[in-house]
Amino acid sequence: MTSPVSTDSVPPQLSAGPRPAPGPAADEGLARRLRALACTAPLHDLDARKANLAGEYSVYGMAEVALAAIDLVTLNMDFDTGADHDQIVARLIPRIAAQAPRRPVEEHERVARWVLENLINVGSVDRGFRAVYGTFASDGTYVRRDYDFKLIEEVPGYGGGVYLRTTDEAVNVLVGALDTDVTSAQIAAEVKLEVLISRGRLADAQLAAEQARYRTVQYSETLRRALDATRRNVRAVDWLQAVPDMIAEALDHVADRYRHENAILTNIRKARDESEDPEQKRRAAELVDIVKDCIRRHTQLQSRLLEAGPLFRAEQDRQAFATPMTTSGTDLYGHLLAPLLPLPVEQARRVTDAFFARGTGLRTPGSPRLGDLVDLLFTPPVEREHLGAEMPEPDLIATPDDSRFSEEQLAAAMRLLDLPADAPRRLSGLLAEARRSDPELPYLVALLAVHAASPPVGTAYRQGEEKLLFAVDDGTELDDPEFGGADLIVGTALLDAAGMAADRSEAA
Amino acid sequence: MSEHVEWSEPEAAPAPVAAAVTPADAADAARLVAFGLQPKLQPARDQEYGDLLRRYREDPAFARLADAVATGLGLVVLEVSPRAGMAVTAAEDSVFAVRMGDYARRTSADSVDRFLHGLAHLAVAAMAFPRPEDLADDGYIGRVSVNGVDSFVRQACRRLEERAEEQGENTDPATDAPGLEAAWRIWARRSSTGATKDARRLAGSTTGIVGKAVGFLTDSGFLQRTGDDNGGTYRTTARYQLQVRDMAGSAAMAELLDLGIVPVTDGTASLLPPDDTDDLELVADAGLPFHS
Repeated sequence: MTSPVSTDSVPPQLSAGPRPAPGPAADEGLARRLRALACTAPLHDLDARKANLAGEYSVYGMAEVALAAIDLVTLNMDFDTGADHDQIVARLIPRIAAQAPRRPVEEHERVARWVLENLINVGSVDRGFRAVYGTFASDGTYVRRDYDFKLIEEVPGYGGGVYLRTTDEAVNVLVGALDTDVTSAQIAAEVKLEVLISRGRLADAQLAAEQARYRTVQYSETLRRALDATRRNVRAVDWLQAVPDMIAEALDHVADRYRHENAILTNIRKARDESEDPEQKRRAAELVDIVKDCIRRHTQLQSRLLEAGPLFRAEQDRQAFATPMTTSGTDLYGHLLAPLLPLPVEQARRVTDAFFARGTGLRTPGSPRLGDLVDLLFTPPVEREHLGAEMPEPDLIATPDDSRFSEEQLAAAMRLLDLPADAPRRLSGLLAEARRSDPELPYLVALLAVHAASPPVGTAYRQGEEKLLFAVDDGTELDDPEFGGADLIVGTALLDAAGMAADRSEAA
Repeated sequence: MSEHVEWSEPEAAPAPVAAAVTPADAADAARLVAFGLQPKLQPARDQEYGDLLRRYREDPAFARLADAVATGLGLVVLEVSPRAGMAVTAAEDSVFAVRMGDYARRTSADSVDRFLHGLAHLAVAAMAFPRPEDLADDGYIGRVSVNGVDSFVRQACRRLEERAEEQGENTDPATDAPGLEAAWRIWARRSSTGATKDARRLAGSTTGIVGKAVGFLTDSGFLQRTGDDNGGTYRTTARYQLQVRDMAGSAAMAELLDLGIVPVTDGTASLLPPDDTDDLELVADAGLPFHS
């Protein structure tokens, strides 16, 4: 990052013209834009570095995959934890596969994992990124600064699992205008959505609905942090004003959105059911899913909001209403931790070193005997238990074969019914022929013929079959010792398989 | 408590009033100190330990002898009681002292890691004893979890970040002076966890660092593991309270004062930084905020 620069403290493009107004105020906007620009660098970097990978990966659009990954993580972030790593990889694969359909699936998965790992930046100890930029300090000197940021971060979840969350930076890269008031942005999006749906412009409506969902996610994320802080420390959160206000606001918001989104849902369902255009139908169906997801998220948010009050009261009882002690010990947080955190790390380290030296207790120093040491070194490592308990052998019981017709009989009947397309036959003739070989066979032939009277055309169409057995009643009575009814004409119809395939791909 | 430390000072000359010390007494005193060196051993579980403790409390001459043995070995006696046992800790430069370089290998080379490990220990203590009363109350048992400690520090860091933003400060550190970076940024930018190939905790992540701290404290007999939730939950022992109250807290405080930082609080519980009183003060008779 630290490329060789001239010793001149002023960048060349600034030194030519009149000197810009020095000081942090003038530079702040520039610094902010530089930081925003830096957030996109890892994505460009992916495309630049894909050439270095072993194998031919230039066919993949890595930045596209990365943005899709950020989208997926954002949308799959749950209230409590985050998105599951493997699930994100699995959902990325279809897009990667579409970029290079001929490559093996393993390669697609490798690409997905590579992109995800690079977005986390697994190689660095902070698992984040750093960009260097310069600003003018208040005294007019030029200072280079480090900007540290993350795009996707790993957070601990239940049961020791590791989940993924997108950071604010990533969300801002993703949807640029998110750095606005969440509530008003949400209202705007919803109004837009309603208008779009009423005009039947579903493509635009889907975009608006997805944006609305991003905001929903961001809203619950803000709230989750506040509740988290409350659980740890009642006094760290302003429970007199800010939090009750926020909870009331959020509850109003949930109630409002719930009403709103149910109305939208009704509207889209109508659009979906009334629309003739299959494309529009599909879009509407997708929108229904998105809005349903929004409603689910709101419901989750609401249950959290209702838990917040009792949680505060319990913590309040525990933390604030205990009988006061006369002797006062050290306030570890207020006296030590809090004043220490804003210090420069060089100074703060002296305090933490002192705490460590006196706070860890004692260790009895190990004094190895040579005999023990030899034993220790020669002990083979304990084998880890990779396998679980042994699976019991399943006790299988053969089910009796109670089918009326055997496989051979079915084959014989199918042979008999395998008629040439230009020569249909009467059922009576088929029955007579079947009876000659096997007295049971006519029953099977009759059954198949009756089924052929209503042939499964839809299934044959979908499966792309080339021919289809059919039976037609032309009014002739069946003259047979065992069966009665119409003497059906049984024949084979040839289907236009190629034409059907073309139709199918058009419809899809 | 600290009076024992003072008693142990003039140890060179045994009290003349007591009867002559026999080698058997010395052996018993040393045996008691040896019990104290096994911090996970509980007095209630060991008949001999319990007997020696009683003798220490009832027989002043024996007590002074035991204190002398401990001092001679480079130990500081914090408390001798049935609940904490013979609570001894390492004096500075004693062979029993824990050195940061032995604790985590990277720390000798990397000052940032050294800071993170130290901060983790401080944060565990602050989380275990959130209010001054908790540290002073002998009956108090603190509870901590690995993920809880991490998010507790992160929350504090986030508040500092927000405050810096409000004031329009640019907290990004200068490139060529890493030592001047604000301490909270170091923790904030380290990832809290990370996937590893063998499903263990990523050692360099903040939960990994806190996990190492609580694991070490458990081995020191300072914490007891109670469950696996939230990355592992623990409860404190009497020894930990003594260690933090009488040793670590004051040592760190002295260092902080040495830096010219004088934390001012009103003496009552304040879990917040002192310069942030405007949004934490609950008015005394305001009742629950929900009433408003």
